[in-house]
Amino acid sequence: MFGISDPGIYLAYLLVFLCVIFAVIYGIINWNKGGNDKEQPLEEDLKWEEEELKIKEDEA
Amino acid sequence: MNTFVLGLIVLAYLISLTYLGFKGYRKSSTDKDYLLAGGEIHPFVMAVSYGATFISSSAIIGFGGVAANFGMGLIWLTFLNMFVGVVVAFLFFGRKTRRIGHHLNAHTFPEFLGKSYNSKAIQVFAGAVIFIAMPLYAAVVLKGGAVFIEKIFEIDYNIALFLFALVIAAYVIAGGLRGVMYTDALQGTIMFASMIFLLIWTYKTIGMGFGEANVHLSEMASEVPDKLKAIGHMGWTSMPEAGSPWWYTLVTSLILGVGIGVLAQPQLVVRFMTVKSTKELNRAVLIGCVFILATTGIIFTVGAVSNIFFMQTEGQIAINAVNDLDKIIPEYIKASMPGWFAAIFMLTILSASMSTLSSQFHAMGTSIGRDVISTISKKQRNNTRITRGGVAFAIIISYIICYTLSIGVIARGTAIFFGICAATFLPAYFCSLYWKKTTAKAAFWSMISGFSASLFALLFMHAKESQALGISQFIFGKPVLFDKMPWPVLDPMVISLPVSIIVIVVLTLLSNNSNERNKNVLA
Repeated sequence: MFGISDPGIYLAYLLVFLCVIFAVIYGIINWNKGGNDKEQPLEEDLKWEEEELKIKEDEA
Repeated sequence: MNTFVLGLIVLAYLISLTYLGFKGYRKSSTDKDYLLAGGEIHPFVMAVSYGATFISSSAIIGFGGVAANFGMGLIWLTFLNMFVGVVVAFLFFGRKTRRIGHHLNAHTFPEFLGKSYNSKAIQVFAGAVIFIAMPLYAAVVLKGGAVFIEKIFEIDYNIALFLFALVIAAYVIAGGLRGVMYTDALQGTIMFASMIFLLIWTYKTIGMGFGEANVHLSEMASEVPDKLKAIGHMGWTSMPEAGSPWWYTLVTSLILGVGIGVLAQPQLVVRFMTVKSTKELNRAVLIGCVFILATTGIIFTVGAVSNIFFMQTEGQIAINAVNDLDKIIPEYIKASMPGWFAAIFMLTILSASMSTLSSQFHAMGTSIGRDVISTISKKQRNNTRITRGGVAFAIIISYIICYTLSIGVIARGTAIFFGICAATFLPAYFCSLYWKKTTAKAAFWSMISGFSASLFALLFMHAKESQALGISQFIFGKPVLFDKMPWPVLDPMVISLPVSIIVIVVLTLLSNNSNERNKNVLA
């Protein structure tokens, strides 16, 4: 394959090409996916918790 | 190429860097801007910056020379760079790191680990490890860049080193991670374009296609010098003999060490937290893989194929024609490429060095500034100012190392840093993402044991480092503790990484306390 007889080398090239093909297909299919994150409320919750902790510490 | 044209090209390059550094500076008013580029970087900038940081000049010049000498076995490294360094890193580590990092409001990799385990000790220790180990890695790249400038412009090494460090310091200290990533994107684009040209021109010059050249290269196996055959070299299109010294070096150090080591690189991990959503990471997978193929994939192939060129023009293989591994690629460019490309290639090497260095300086500076000093200090201070001071301090340390440590030690800096990072951080980092039960205590001791085991293997077991450092010789009177094969050639990571994995698994399983971590964020 590719003019190379050692499977140890042509397998590496084959995997490199397959990996690029996967990345291109994956990238195109998911180009616009994953834009709407649902974690925003949780981040606010966390900040709220942190503030709460600070208040408790101050009180102590 | 005359000096005037060369000067103009470099001037245009420096003006572009100044503009991008200034753009970063103007947009960096908060900690998040300075440390995470505001958390809203474009996927192209993120992916190219990641790739350009990952691929240093030594990957092009040094490993390109190794490919010319030892052949295409290094393509396995390209595969791991792509599969582990991009696909696994972005999809299995990056997405969760970004999400959890945003929840925790983490701005650096040590801060991410510290907040994940709710432990300041972890953050401070991680910051300290980065600050101790990374200057050596930075010194490799800094010294390599300065030597390159010294040769190209025929100026004094000391001046070259000073100017090189000064230019990078200016845009890293002023522009923070925005400045670093904007300039990385420009530098990565130069690297990408020149590598594509290099590939096309190589096959045009030797007058063969990919398959035909490989057949020709296979037939040249009889030209392998006897001293290389003795360590396992079986031809440029063949893997080395299994179990031979070169096989161990290729498989454990180059392929596994560098290929797996990439997953726990602080300066790369922090990039996952610079994008706004998963969408940017999905897009970055495509861009990142194509970038790695175009850089390491091309240079490793061209390096091996350069033997055909040298055989056609000088009647001998690359290493015999040039005699120095690090000079094979520059000599090949000079002999085979058009004159104007030599100047562009010079920019490519400078870009590869600068993109790696700027991120190293930023990571070291944030580690000492934010993760160590700001975390330990009880007083409220201006964090960005402390971080900027940290970056400046890190640059000075790396600069001093270039003068104080021997070439033998500095040359091992990349492998030392990769090994230490993987053994110290990888298990704790992986578990912070995927194993909710992991306790802070288990993570902390895994980091301590991984770091200690790395140091032990580097100082007393792996011949290349222990001989260069000379501590084993000083204490035990011999360069390595165990001289029976394969111990002296086995990469330290093969020993130290299992140690840190075992420690984190055993301590977590032994512990009943699962309340040590902030589980809210580990969805």
